[in-house]
Amino acid sequence: MIFIEDKEMVIPGDVLADDEYHSGRGTFKEDGKICSSLVGLVAVRDKKISVIPLQSKYIPKRGDVVIGEITDIRFSMWNLDINSPYSGILPASDVFGKEKRDLNRTFDVGDVLFLRVVDVDEVKKVKLGLKGRGLGKFRDGILIYITPTKVPRLIGKKGSMINMIKDETKCEVVVGQNGVVWVKGEPTMERVAEKVINMIEEQAHTSGLTDRVRNMLFELLGKEKPSEEPKEDEEQEEDVENGEELIQ
Amino acid sequence: MVIIIPEIIKESVTNLMKNGERSDDRGFDDYREISLETGVIKKAEGSARVKIGNTQIMVGTKPQIGEPFSDTPNVGVLMTNSELIPMAAPDFEPGPPDERSVELARVTDRCMREAGVLDLEKLAIVEGEKVWMIFLDLHILDYDGNLMDAAVLGSMAAIMDTKIPETRVEGDEIIIDREKMIPLPIKEKALMCTFAKIGGELVVDPSLEEEQILDARISIGMREDGSICAMQKGGMKPLTKDEIIKAVSRTQKITKNLMEHLPHN
Repeated sequence: MIFIEDKEMVIPGDVLADDEYHSGRGTFKEDGKICSSLVGLVAVRDKKISVIPLQSKYIPKRGDVVIGEITDIRFSMWNLDINSPYSGILPASDVFGKEKRDLNRTFDVGDVLFLRVVDVDEVKKVKLGLKGRGLGKFRDGILIYITPTKVPRLIGKKGSMINMIKDETKCEVVVGQNGVVWVKGEPTMERVAEKVINMIEEQAHTSGLTDRVRNMLFELLGKEKPSEEPKEDEEQEEDVENGEELIQ
Repeated sequence: MVIIIPEIIKESVTNLMKNGERSDDRGFDDYREISLETGVIKKAEGSARVKIGNTQIMVGTKPQIGEPFSDTPNVGVLMTNSELIPMAAPDFEPGPPDERSVELARVTDRCMREAGVLDLEKLAIVEGEKVWMIFLDLHILDYDGNLMDAAVLGSMAAIMDTKIPETRVEGDEIIIDREKMIPLPIKEKALMCTFAKIGGELVVDPSLEEEQILDARISIGMREDGSICAMQKGGMKPLTKDEIIKAVSRTQKITKNLMEHLPHN
């Protein structure tokens, strides 16, 4: 028996289903019933029920790409704030190899980097790395902070949402899995992108978002509204658990 | 906890300012949305809750009868205290008041006192022995920049909202008539206006983001007639004489609009 529908909003303690279903993230089992432990939207995949929180903090996971800010320079590593309860470290050896160089000449406190989470150990020490395509230091642009669970929605199915923003505003956009977004382009376009991204965050749990985003973009850019295209039969819903990141 | 602002945020905000824009689309002389409620705390004799954007302060006043200071035996006492509660911002910590808390209380106190908002002499009951002491408590509920303007606006509203019981002296006794509550003796109205200097431009009502990257900050307290009653400078860099003069003349215009938010009576 299932008591709720897919994408329904639930609050902690709501009974979702009985034990013919499996308990996924954001749920717990009590007296053979699956209950929600969060405020969020239900996601039913086959027989697995999970709850996607409306708001969350980023919990580092190996393999994620994140945007981090340098907060401290130590003897052989940089400390980074990755918009998470846990701070990250970037070992100097990862940047220099075996060579010995001055750390603060390469990256200084306040720099913003695009990194990959190399490892998270059992005490949540987050090791970061810069090896990979597109990783490195950002210059200019603006930063926008959104809730990490909304990242897949911002990217859209196969990058549909984010590509639309990129094409319309002619901005470079990089999304970190930790909810930090970097945008660079014409200053006015950066502001347009910022507004759109904030709107997406606000309305991420509603349907028909892609159309509204398109309309908002056209409105902000002062363009003609697109002629009524044949409506998509169903709102493109992304697999929220495995939102793909975008690397430039 | 030290908050580090990424270099690129600093640059983007500064560049916007140089083009005459702000990151939240406000003009240089615009405040964020202000809302003010009075009489929100039942247990206090006067109270106000002020919001400037997402900055939120609760102000309460508590009158008490006490002994005056020996150097000013015939005037009442006004005391201001502020509390930066840890819920309001990640870098507000529990424990003894930090620099910002002390500064906020002192600047607010200075603005109210030097403006002569209260006629303190009328608060004396028995000269040298008993006077009214007005305690003004600022509770910062949410911090999103520009605490000072919010604190002064809230304090002003709370003082205007305050009612104290009437007192009279009969023989050796002081009779407190709680049936008959009278408003505090208000002489003046004063408000404060804070400017942040970012990229050579002066902007009013700095948001948290702007406050974290500002070069210099100046707060100007002004009476209703446009005379200055308090001033406080902050930030690491200097301000030129020209900038200060300009800030004062802008304050004169801005405080006039701010006064509209105070309750009319």
